Amino acid sequence: MTLTDFQHLMPLLILTFAVLVSMLVIAVGRNHKIMYVITAVSFLAAFASLFELRDVGRYTIEPLLVVDGFGVFYIGMMLLAALLISMLSYAYFEQREERKEEYYMLLLLATIGACVLVISKHFASLFLGIEILSVSLYALIAYLRTRERSNEAGIKYLILAAFSSAFLLFGMALVYASTGTMEFAGIAAAIANFTELPLLLLTGFGLMIVGIGFKLSVVPFHMWAPDVYEGAPAPVTAFIATVSKGGVLGVLIRFFMEVDGFRYPTLVLIFTIVAIASMLAGNLLALLQRNVKRILAYSSIAHLGYLLVAFLAGNQMGVEAVTFYLVAYFITTVGAFGVVAMLSDKERDAEQLEDYRALLWRRPWTAAVFTAMLLSLAGIPLTAGFVGKFYILAAGVNTQLWLLVVMLALNSVIGLFYYIRIVAVMFQQPEAEAEIQPRGRLRPSIYVASVGTLTVLALLLVYIGVYPSGLLQIIQGLLVTSTAP
Amino acid sequence: MILVWLIVILMVGGVLAWISGKVNRALSRWVALGSVLAVFGLTLYLWLSNPVPVLGSAWLIQFTQPWIPQWGISFSLAIDGLSLLMLLLTFFIGLLAVLISWREIQTKVAFFHFNLLWVLAGITGVFLTMDLFLFYFFWEVMLIPMYFLIGIWGHENRRYAAFKFFIFTQASGLLMLLAILGLYFIHGNQTGVYTFSYFELLNTTLAPEAARLLMFGFLAAFLVKLPVVPFHSWLPDAHSEAPTAGSVILAGLLLKTGAYGLLRFVLPLFPTATVEFAPWAMLLGVIGIIYGAILAFSQTDLKRLVAYTSVSHMGFVILGVFAFNEWALQGVVMQMITHGLSTGALFIIAGFLYERLHTRDIRQMGGFWSTAPKMGVIALIFVMASLGLPGLGNFIAEFLTLVGSWQANNWLTVFATIGLVMATIYSLRIMQKIFFEANHMEQALPDLNAREMLIAIPMVAMILWLGLYPQSVLDTARPSIQEQLQAYTETPLEHEHVAEVAAPETETSVVNDVEWKPSSNFQISTSPNPSTSKASTPLIIKSSN
Repeated sequence: MTLTDFQHLMPLLILTFAVLVSMLVIAVGRNHKIMYVITAVSFLAAFASLFELRDVGRYTIEPLLVVDGFGVFYIGMMLLAALLISMLSYAYFEQREERKEEYYMLLLLATIGACVLVISKHFASLFLGIEILSVSLYALIAYLRTRERSNEAGIKYLILAAFSSAFLLFGMALVYASTGTMEFAGIAAAIANFTELPLLLLTGFGLMIVGIGFKLSVVPFHMWAPDVYEGAPAPVTAFIATVSKGGVLGVLIRFFMEVDGFRYPTLVLIFTIVAIASMLAGNLLALLQRNVKRILAYSSIAHLGYLLVAFLAGNQMGVEAVTFYLVAYFITTVGAFGVVAMLSDKERDAEQLEDYRALLWRRPWTAAVFTAMLLSLAGIPLTAGFVGKFYILAAGVNTQLWLLVVMLALNSVIGLFYYIRIVAVMFQQPEAEAEIQPRGRLRPSIYVASVGTLTVLALLLVYIGVYPSGLLQIIQGLLVTSTAP
Repeated sequence: MILVWLIVILMVGGVLAWISGKVNRALSRWVALGSVLAVFGLTLYLWLSNPVPVLGSAWLIQFTQPWIPQWGISFSLAIDGLSLLMLLLTFFIGLLAVLISWREIQTKVAFFHFNLLWVLAGITGVFLTMDLFLFYFFWEVMLIPMYFLIGIWGHENRRYAAFKFFIFTQASGLLMLLAILGLYFIHGNQTGVYTFSYFELLNTTLAPEAARLLMFGFLAAFLVKLPVVPFHSWLPDAHSEAPTAGSVILAGLLLKTGAYGLLRFVLPLFPTATVEFAPWAMLLGVIGIIYGAILAFSQTDLKRLVAYTSVSHMGFVILGVFAFNEWALQGVVMQMITHGLSTGALFIIAGFLYERLHTRDIRQMGGFWSTAPKMGVIALIFVMASLGLPGLGNFIAEFLTLVGSWQANNWLTVFATIGLVMATIYSLRIMQKIFFEANHMEQALPDLNAREMLIAIPMVAMILWLGLYPQSVLDTARPSIQEQLQAYTETPLEHEHVAEVAAPETETSVVNDVEWKPSSNFQISTSPNPSTSKASTPLIIKSSN
């Protein structure tokens, strides 16, 4: 590896370095605040180092990685999300008795895994990234180990993720067997002349879709999502919903654009079915839930279905739409789980719908932020979610995916039901005067971190909703170099 | 800029009203009243300074500012006679809505006024935008505050009603969004210019099949909002459960956005597809007129009753819109205004009664004429207006609509006329049940107080004025109606002497970002040939009184 290689991998190196430093710091002495500061600073430093890579064009580090505008944007997005999540985590873990320092190390590791994913151009780096991500997540999900739900969720995720990794590996092996290479570009070259996929290759791709589908929690591989979302600590749930899914989606897009998978009707059909099933099942099952974390879990299944609609558009505009929507989805999801984390107390997370009754009259600003997040998920104007959904619809209409587009519109309406229901619960009249009293708050300094993060998220949400040109320019500027096959 | 101010004042006023509620409850009422008065004053000034729009240029003011240039979206507002009239109605009704809530709303006053002003801002945006993306944007913006108005301050069954209202309008709105996107891409593929601008999209040539599909997308949103009969079921619930101000805004304004959409977008964008669909649309209108009237007659809940009369009256709107001639469209515009006033007034009376009796059941009412004569007189006037008594505005509206639709479809018009008879029956039933018959109530019924008279008198004056001298309204609406109908009445003769007329200077201080576009897309002959078509003859209506 040359020096320039290292320069291009600077964000990953910073994070790796931070993990090592954290380990040493913990060995010397446990201090939550120091760990928190190290994590936040290293995320910031990694993000700052991305500015060096702004005009990177397309830089390959043979044979595993490729750093390009697409990768840089996704890494930046995930670093920011991880930073915000760690900000929210501080207040959340400060209340809890358990040892909290290793949490940040795992968070850093998982972020490294996700970042490796989006810049990988080889099955080896893809698998490496996914495993770093998953293994850290096993521990993160079960982090509050004294809580029964948390353990259950951890075990569930461990078993299913291991299974899905096996599927992924088997799929990769089959693809390797029939093409003789594990590089994306090599595979693309090997199958460039096929008009229809041979059975062996199709099986390979199919098995890989199973593996990737598990990570994205799209139907029919979604079973784990509600339980894990419910059991994991709220900040970790936010991480699974955003960074982990964003990374996997990034590599999926890269792989598919590279091999031009959209040529094959069978693959498109599979993804179409998965997208429709995810939208329908996610939204319909969310209607039946009374637990806010589970509602958000099913809603994220549905949102991945929306994302697949734009993904299936399979052109430049589709990729831009996915990316834009992902940004909106990141902001919204982190914000929503941030509210959940902030309202949680020592014993349990604020996950029952009852916890939110008359929230508007108890904590007006928290309720306002949560309402904004939910309306953004529902795709209501003045929020980023609206522009994102509009972009996806535009991408779908542009490539005339009428079935998917109509399903998306229909599902948006179903989605409204449960988002509005949470809003309605928050707006209900308080029954007794006692309820209006806010529950005991944390020390102000801790509180400020959460409140500040949520404020930033809410402002970003509205800013992108009202003035999306800025973000669009960045996305179009960075992606234009990378996605052209 | 004045157009932007209209929206900005309302939005900022809303936020101020919310904040000032922390200081003092009454203050937020005054802030709301002040901001609505300000925009009403601005619009009135606009109207009076252009008493008769210059013939040949329907657009009075335009404002364009790029918003999301990557997608060809601009913040583009424009006003013509039609929008001007709708804005006047909006702010007049808005003013009444603030006034009637003065006593009725006692919980969360500040948030109430925030929502009220934001609904008005959304409606103002809908009436002003000339960019389809922005149109959809405002179309949605008016929904959320309305949802809260119904859901928080409504009557017993408010959550169900708010839900239903929201889902119906949202679902139909999304179909419109798809149609807008379809139009956007078809236009973009044809010309290479991807834009949401209304003026640009008007020039799109559509294959008949595509035009039909896109038209149905737009119709979905507008017909649900109007509402036309198979899609009306949200209306009785929403109207009857909303607080009085909410009902007044729903009936007076929100329904009108549907009618406005038909006039502004569906007619000029899809001239061929609408002609095919016209008989069916008119049939739906007639069904609506009769069905609404029958159901109105059988209601016992006063607000539900009035809600069904709206269904019936809105039938005239769709009947008139799809007649494609100037008479009918003038009737439609009049109907939008007079229905807003008369139905709004009936809801206000229902609100007055509810405040005093805490019931909306007309079976429990009766004999109030002797105890509350002032209220009786006011109610009588608006009931008469609603049944179409000559001398009151609704008569002009329905008469013009029927004259126009007769030229388009004789038989359906005959059936529509039956609706007028039925209107008489249900309207008289309202008077009979509430103000005559025996009084079963032990409760005392105080007559209208000064504030309530202040609300009622201007409405009476307006409805009388519209009935006796509608000419000023007709004159204001005429150029823009002709423009909407251009695709239907176009004859080569009319285009012989084309003259371009610049927009009149209403604002002296032209800021850099304001673009003055002469009406390049619409060139109307300076001397319309009177022999070309019936529709182009000037309309002068003199009431029989």
